Amino acid sequence: MPETKRRTVVYNVTRTAELGGEGGLVHAPIVPVEGEVFGDADADFGGEHMLINIGPQHPATHGVLRLVLELDGETVIKCTPHIGYLHSSFEKLGEYRDWNQIVPLTDRMDYLAPLIYNCAYAMAVEKMMGIEVTERCKVVRVIIMEMDRIFSHLLWLGTTAIDLGAFTVFLYTFQERERIYNLHEAYTGARITTSATRIGGMMADLPAGWIEQLKEFVRTFPNTLAEVETLLTNNAIWLGRTQDVGVISAEDAVNFGLSGANLRASGVSYDIRKDRPYYDYETYDFDVPVGEHGDIYDRYLCRMEEMRQSLRLLDQAINRLPGGPINVDDPRVILPSKTAAMNDMESMIHHFKVVMEGVRAPVGESWFSVESSKGELGMYVVSDGGSKPVRWRVRGPSFINIAALPHMIEGALLSDVIAVNASLDIVLGEIDR
Amino acid sequence: MSDFKKGLDALDSGPTGSPKETPRVAPPPEDLPPHPTVEALRAHFGAAVGRHEVVAGDEHIVYIDSAENLEVLRWLRDDPDQRYDFLQDLTAIDYGNNVSLQVVYQLWSIPHQRNIRIKIELPLDRLELDSVYYVWRASDWLEREVYDMFGVVFRGHPDMRRILMPYNYAEGHPLRKDFPLRGRFSRAEQTRRALSLKVEDHYSPAELEVATRLGQTLPDVTTEGGSGQPNRALAPPGLGGM
Repeated sequence: MPETKRRTVVYNVTRTAELGGEGGLVHAPIVPVEGEVFGDADADFGGEHMLINIGPQHPATHGVLRLVLELDGETVIKCTPHIGYLHSSFEKLGEYRDWNQIVPLTDRMDYLAPLIYNCAYAMAVEKMMGIEVTERCKVVRVIIMEMDRIFSHLLWLGTTAIDLGAFTVFLYTFQERERIYNLHEAYTGARITTSATRIGGMMADLPAGWIEQLKEFVRTFPNTLAEVETLLTNNAIWLGRTQDVGVISAEDAVNFGLSGANLRASGVSYDIRKDRPYYDYETYDFDVPVGEHGDIYDRYLCRMEEMRQSLRLLDQAINRLPGGPINVDDPRVILPSKTAAMNDMESMIHHFKVVMEGVRAPVGESWFSVESSKGELGMYVVSDGGSKPVRWRVRGPSFINIAALPHMIEGALLSDVIAVNASLDIVLGEIDR
Repeated sequence: MSDFKKGLDALDSGPTGSPKETPRVAPPPEDLPPHPTVEALRAHFGAAVGRHEVVAGDEHIVYIDSAENLEVLRWLRDDPDQRYDFLQDLTAIDYGNNVSLQVVYQLWSIPHQRNIRIKIELPLDRLELDSVYYVWRASDWLEREVYDMFGVVFRGHPDMRRILMPYNYAEGHPLRKDFPLRGRFSRAEQTRRALSLKVEDHYSPAELEVATRLGQTLPDVTTEGGSGQPNRALAPPGLGGM
């Protein structure tokens, strides 16, 4: 036996679990034991394949994703994702609700960036109805969308780092997320299920002191970002686990319909805020980071830079926030003020009709998309002139991004499956809808 | 008030349409703004290209013949003047009342920065269409979703099976207008079917084949930690209240 094949390893030995006093399992502490590997360490042990199942209840699948993997040793031969465990039939439910009642369904899809989904839905319906929202509403929506982009990227960063063994990052990012939760709560009254938009405006104007709270976040958040950078960007373990792992070429990424940071990390500069600007994004000064290798590390760098660019956008939006009304002056869609409804017959009729019948959209349809934190979020609304949609369709970015997972991990190692899956930034609420 | 009550009644039938007889699409504007792709499509495919509509101000829709969808869409991707290389969305619309179903392709050209929406009308008794799986791989799951939700079969798709609903779901295609919100089966029958799921029902045919070849027992996804107790949280839809 050649000497070079003999390697020293450390085994982690756990004693068998025993039943404790309460009947629960008790695990003995892990004791490292040194040992040696004998024999040919590189020998191929027969090449026997094996079928394993990950999920749906598995912490590293970020929800209830289920992967069935065919393995050859540690190499993934075939990967089949199974989805639908969280299927709530939102699109069908939407057909039974009027246009404003659908808003709460949208934030339950992506509960990691709920305000982006609220806004995207309202924008699609407004486009179909030909409603132009007020200047103040536009800027407020830009502010809350950019805030939620940071909110979602922070969760991605923390969970991906914890999946790869970096626990500290998780604590830092979740502390910052807590501050955005507080901002959500101060504005909408809810921390996750915000339901902030209405057709033609918002459910309320920004509360007093909210902008100051946000300014404080914008001022101090770069410190946390810099701390996370020192923990990860040049960390040898992080580099080893992310560089050249889960690579997808630019051509494949476009063909698979990837969007958001996953597409841009492969070197394709496609950002809807630049390519089909909405809400005057063309007048803001911001850059779109583009990677070149298409691996996990480039996705990480892109998202880190996107957070900085979102801060720039927030800064500019706060400075240009105009006064004036937040809702359009259109009795078809917006409730009259309480005083008007109580004193004026016509306003009372409008109030009654908007509440009891709902907003009526004219015959037509619109496919509208915004750049969500996870990629291209398309909302397709079709109206036959009634107060309920004929069809409400959501093009979820995670749904399309996760479909490319088998392409990225077939041929890779089992341990990379978790890393690649985490790097795609998926949310199962929106994949299963 | 009346709409609200109708909404509740509709739990046991399909969703209600709007009360008046409205045209399904907005009347076309007098002078359509031109779209370079539409003229090129007409010049290249002639009769296979149907009417052209503009909705919501700037969204162009072209109807094409269902028999030639693959050629037209492949040409749209490959022609150097079109290059619609990014499939944004593939979905379908059922208008109800036995009106033909529409399959919708939403395309974006990254090089030329242009949108176009292609629609194909399919009669309800012939819901078949050529798959664009080998044109845009993004269509893989999108076509499976349209099959799952509307029952459109895409010819040539290598893995045409349900995606969101369970593989052994037998109540039909949920987003069709004639599908009641609570499903077609009674609650008792839905519960019975959910409780009688077997291990194999959670796997695709290809995986069952691999397991048979390897002589391997399939991992049971409904039990946790091998305790043998079915996990209620994992039971498929139909067990909602339990």
